[in-house]
Amino acid sequence: MTVPAEKLTKKQLKADHPTWCPGCGDFAVLASFFNVVQKLGIPHEKIVCVAGIGCSSRFPYFVNTHGIHFIHGRALPLATGISLSRPDLHVFVFGGDGDGFSIGGNHLNHAARKNVNLSYVVMDNQVYGLTKNQTSPTTPIGRRSKTDPRGSVDRPINPMAQLVASGASFIARTHAAQVKHMNEMFERAILHPGFAVVETLSECTMFFPGAFDSGNPRKGGAFDLVDETKRNMECTAEAMQLAEETEIMPPGKFGVYLESRRPTKNELENEWLKDAQAEAANLKPRDLLRQKFASMR
Amino acid sequence: MISFLFFAILFSHDNRASFEIASMSQPTALPVSDSLKNAVIRLAGYSQDGIQSIGAFLAQLAGSTAQDVMTYMTIPSTISGGPSIFQVHLGSGKVLHPGDEADTLVAFYQDSYQNHLSSLRDGGICFYDSDKVEEITEERGIIHIGVPFTSATIEAIGGTAKDRGKNIFVLGMLCAVYKLDREKITHIISKKFGGKSEDILRNAMLAFDAGYLWPVHDIDHMPMAPGENAEEKRLSTDGNTMLAMGLIAGGCRYGAGYPITPWTTIMEQLRSEFPKYGGMFIQCEDELAAVSLAIGAAYAGHLAITGSSGPGLALKAEAIGYASMAELPLIVVNIQRGGPSTGMPTSVEQSDLMQAIYGSHGDAPRVVLAPRNVEDCFYTAVEACRIARKYSTPVVILSDQAIATRIEAFPEPDLEKHWDDVDLGLDERGVDFKPYPIDQLTRHSPPGSRSTEGKYPVVTGLEHDEWGHPSGNPENHAAMTAKRRNKLVNLADSLPRPEIFGDDTGDILIVGWGSTYGPIREATGKLRDAGHKVGALHIRHIHPLRVDLGELFENFSHVLVPEMNDSGVYGIGQLATLLRAVTCDPKIKSINKTMGITFRVQEIVDAATYALKS
Repeated sequence: MTVPAEKLTKKQLKADHPTWCPGCGDFAVLASFFNVVQKLGIPHEKIVCVAGIGCSSRFPYFVNTHGIHFIHGRALPLATGISLSRPDLHVFVFGGDGDGFSIGGNHLNHAARKNVNLSYVVMDNQVYGLTKNQTSPTTPIGRRSKTDPRGSVDRPINPMAQLVASGASFIARTHAAQVKHMNEMFERAILHPGFAVVETLSECTMFFPGAFDSGNPRKGGAFDLVDETKRNMECTAEAMQLAEETEIMPPGKFGVYLESRRPTKNELENEWLKDAQAEAANLKPRDLLRQKFASMR
Repeated sequence: MISFLFFAILFSHDNRASFEIASMSQPTALPVSDSLKNAVIRLAGYSQDGIQSIGAFLAQLAGSTAQDVMTYMTIPSTISGGPSIFQVHLGSGKVLHPGDEADTLVAFYQDSYQNHLSSLRDGGICFYDSDKVEEITEERGIIHIGVPFTSATIEAIGGTAKDRGKNIFVLGMLCAVYKLDREKITHIISKKFGGKSEDILRNAMLAFDAGYLWPVHDIDHMPMAPGENAEEKRLSTDGNTMLAMGLIAGGCRYGAGYPITPWTTIMEQLRSEFPKYGGMFIQCEDELAAVSLAIGAAYAGHLAITGSSGPGLALKAEAIGYASMAELPLIVVNIQRGGPSTGMPTSVEQSDLMQAIYGSHGDAPRVVLAPRNVEDCFYTAVEACRIARKYSTPVVILSDQAIATRIEAFPEPDLEKHWDDVDLGLDERGVDFKPYPIDQLTRHSPPGSRSTEGKYPVVTGLEHDEWGHPSGNPENHAAMTAKRRNKLVNLADSLPRPEIFGDDTGDILIVGWGSTYGPIREATGKLRDAGHKVGALHIRHIHPLRVDLGELFENFSHVLVPEMNDSGVYGIGQLATLLRAVTCDPKIKSINKTMGITFRVQEIVDAATYALKS
């Protein structure tokens, strides 16, 4: 990572005032992102914020960096295109549980297994907020919404278990009310080479207030951390066990579930690119195509 | 009205009716001269017999001997097996279509023999595998010649290869019959098999020689006339290959796709080619990811390409609307096949035209171009790249299964003229930078480019103002909608007026697009030979269309639009519907064919003749 002469200030990074509701957990995520980016000293023009659709996906408008606000559920493949074609950039993806686990669920699996080099923050509020209170893929069973007036009946997905199964190489879980922990998780995610995802429990004060109080000591809950000293951080079986414990005993454990280093999609594709270019070393692009034409005669 | 309804019935709704028309057509007489100007050879067998290879060898030979060639094949949409044909039209001069009727049929099995005898002209020659086929009697003067392809090949190779190699045996036989350049064709074979084991090449040569020396007693040898094409460097290849090469020449370096027939061969080639040019082509989990990944690369400053065939284009529709709204350059290739739904994946149709132009939500203008033959795939792709960059907009290249898979010979493109280098455009943006200026073309500031003022833009699919801020302002939406539309209006104004082939005033103007080019040209020639005043107009720029096309139509009594799509509820095909909308000309009538196969020349001639009578 290249460090610029001057680190960015919060003033430089702030853009439009967020359109989120008062008290929304996403404000804290935004503040945390500012903190970490300032600390790491990434060149301003090299930061790209990518999002799909949802309340949290409005993120790029509130950050003064290059940004792209895409369609619902496809932020990850879009970000993959940016990451693979521009290795000089730092690609951040923001989105919610609907965008990431429901309409974009397939892309999450594949971006994770391909180990695309980017950082992904899922602001999980367990509800569809932008469309005003429908059941989401992480809504707990029994919770009433406009689409489940008798209470949700479908088993919610377990984001940690799904990410482990998909082959993500950095998986962490944090809580928007725990700023210090959130900062640490974001920083480690950004520094991780490969696909790094942080699930951030971020309360929707409008439609699902109190959803994450059980993980907030100030509201009488417990913020129980993963003890990394007692774990093999590269072991998917251990990570899966942790994910299952979290599902059985909410709010579960916070911290890094899995951290493993394996070649990124970017590195693997670039190897081919380098080899292919080495083979064509002495030929200009136009002559390469002429050579191809010669084989068609 | 009656005439176009008649054509629709003739060609779309009742297949037998169109076959009757076909059999009424006059056979082309054998030329009296000593050498043949044209030869149409149809190989009928199963897809695993390697008949495509024979066809490809013959086509390549034609390309390297200054002859012209066009091939046509049908393959079953099964993994292995199923009836398959490969038809090769060799010509010493220009060849515009794969041939209405075959002069020579090579049948490998009883069913291929029986099913394809009708495709042979009266007095044609049929070679059949006498090990597998029992001759039937018929009265069209066809010369039946039994040759034991299977056992003769086994004998030649040494009894080890089972059914393998009989295609090369047949190639040798055809080479002798048509007195083709033996040296050149054996060179092509050794190039093809040379990289494999020595045994394979030796067996291929043994099979070739056995076929070449097989005594075919009943006919005189029919030497092909030497080629008349003067150009030094001639290529022979298929449309998908030339489309891929055109994208490279046009500056595309990044792309993404998902496998679907018949698009897949483009993505296979780009996957291997792009890295040589410093780029990448990524296979994605689905069509949605593929188009999204390409848009990501486009946002990052590259010229990016995605592509598919009909069903995949439908899946990409939402993201294409995004690219239109966000004003990002994007190349979208669609290789049309028989639809809707899974339809006929290995057959040809032109039924995605409306989808290509309008397939998305909201008012989402994009440019649509259609290549007319294999050679044109290259130039259409280069032009698509230029338009996408200039107007910062998605451009759809609408090819089809026929162009994608058939082989033609043509002069090598001049890369001094047809080549564009593309850079990321990362120069610093000044204080006056606006990503979406209302009165200028959009020029994005890709990530990595600095901003003097320190303010960075968001590229967005929300309606936005000139600075890219989300805006629900009614006047702004109207103005931005107009901005995006006017790019196409300006493009239409800058397009050259299409040239009319043949007569530019008279009885009939035949208007076509895409792969119907060859049959339309040939039909126009035949109609003019018959004394009619006929012109042909072929449209590459499908959308936007030049609005003054109607002035060209005024000079003709009839305007006929042959298309391989349905005449629909209102009795006219997809391009014809657009032409009517643009010109308000009720003369525009359709000739529709929905059999999943290309037009025969005679079908267009007959339809035009009928129109003239009515």
